[in-house]
Amino acid sequence: MTQEMTVDVRGLACPIPVIRVKKALEGVARGRVVVLVDEQVAVENITRLAGYMRCSHHCAACEGGFRIILEKPGSGGEGP
Amino acid sequence: MRTDWKAMMPPVVIVAGAVLGVLGAVLAWAGNPPNMGVCIACFQRDIVGGLGLHHAAKVQYLRPEIPALILGATLAAALRKEWKGRSAPSPAISFLLGALVMIGTLVFLGCPVRMTLRLGGGDLTALAGLAGFGAGIWAGTLLLRRGFSLGRSASGSRVPTLVLPVLAAGLLVLLFLRPAFIFFSAEGPGSQAAPVLASVGAGLLLGALAQRSRLCFAGGIRDLLLIRSPHLLVGLAAALVAAALTNLALGQFNLGFSGQPIAHTAHLWSFLGMALVGLGAVLLGGCPLRQLVLAAQGDGGAFCAIWGMFAGAAVAHNFDLAASPAGVPVGGQVVVVAGLVICLAVGWSVRET
Repeated sequence: MTQEMTVDVRGLACPIPVIRVKKALEGVARGRVVVLVDEQVAVENITRLAGYMRCSHHCAACEGGFRIILEKPGSGGEGP
Repeated sequence: MRTDWKAMMPPVVIVAGAVLGVLGAVLAWAGNPPNMGVCIACFQRDIVGGLGLHHAAKVQYLRPEIPALILGATLAAALRKEWKGRSAPSPAISFLLGALVMIGTLVFLGCPVRMTLRLGGGDLTALAGLAGFGAGIWAGTLLLRRGFSLGRSASGSRVPTLVLPVLAAGLLVLLFLRPAFIFFSAEGPGSQAAPVLASVGAGLLLGALAQRSRLCFAGGIRDLLLIRSPHLLVGLAAALVAAALTNLALGQFNLGFSGQPIAHTAHLWSFLGMALVGLGAVLLGGCPLRQLVLAAQGDGGAFCAIWGMFAGAAVAHNFDLAASPAGVPVGGQVVVVAGLVICLAVGWSVRET
């Protein structure tokens, strides 16, 4: 079943945004995690994490920051 | 699967680390204290002494590297539109952690940058510090995983962010005018200084590069432990290799445990001092260098941490907590252990609700 989850990491200091997003991605078997971010550094760190976790990502500017959409493919290769 | 080497080892981080290593060695060769071409903690401590806020006569000088680094970072952040006002979510905790981190560095005798430069100069006594730094960071990552957070900052006006760069410029003005109320060491490390313009130039460049690369010595080990990412650790490695090679070329590489400059052989206290630095830095969100850069680009929490570091330096020297090549005073040992307990208590109890 495809899941969708939103994680708001605005205002959190490094590296807490990455930890929250990693936890969310680990909790979703297959689906989408939407992340609300307000700092460029956090965007860089989260998209880097997405690369490590083999998730596709799309980032767009929105009011007050950025909205990153991470797509987690179905199980098969991704460890816990 | 393809490995994205550029993400794992960003060239800008490697360049920033390498430039830091080279400049660290060159500034020591040009007159700064040995294996102390750049030290964020020692140099802040020297400034505190220069302003007369501590009485250790051997470590008083308005080190221009620190204000120049602040100005370089502010400038780089402004050019990248990252110079923004952000509130401090937990100012008192940031101040306290900054003070404890500073005391930890002064028990070890160096911040993570100088620890790396000491290793790059062949000083193997710094290995105990590196081990402690890693242990402190590891403990910090456990607390982060458990949910530690200082809270959320909010965007704010840019006006308050002018305070730090203006103060930095003021320090440089005082250094050039040398008024009678500023203290300059006549002997000891505080009397050893590279030419002012070389220090200013190096500080500006390092500030800009550190801002651009997000270089963080605590973040390097932390991110490796947390997300298996070496992208910041390569900066520390580059600084170490570049410093070693430059020191070898300049004939100031001295490998060994004994006779190392401005260092002691109380390995347990080197370990525990840097464990305090590692743990405090993870809770703050970055090492002293990163705190300075974040404060320069408008982060209120880092601003509080910087003032905590200044206060910590004054306390460390006025209350005889700081180490010397002779060893670590009992007071310093007590405060390091107490500091570790306080950091663990803060990390355990402060969580975002």
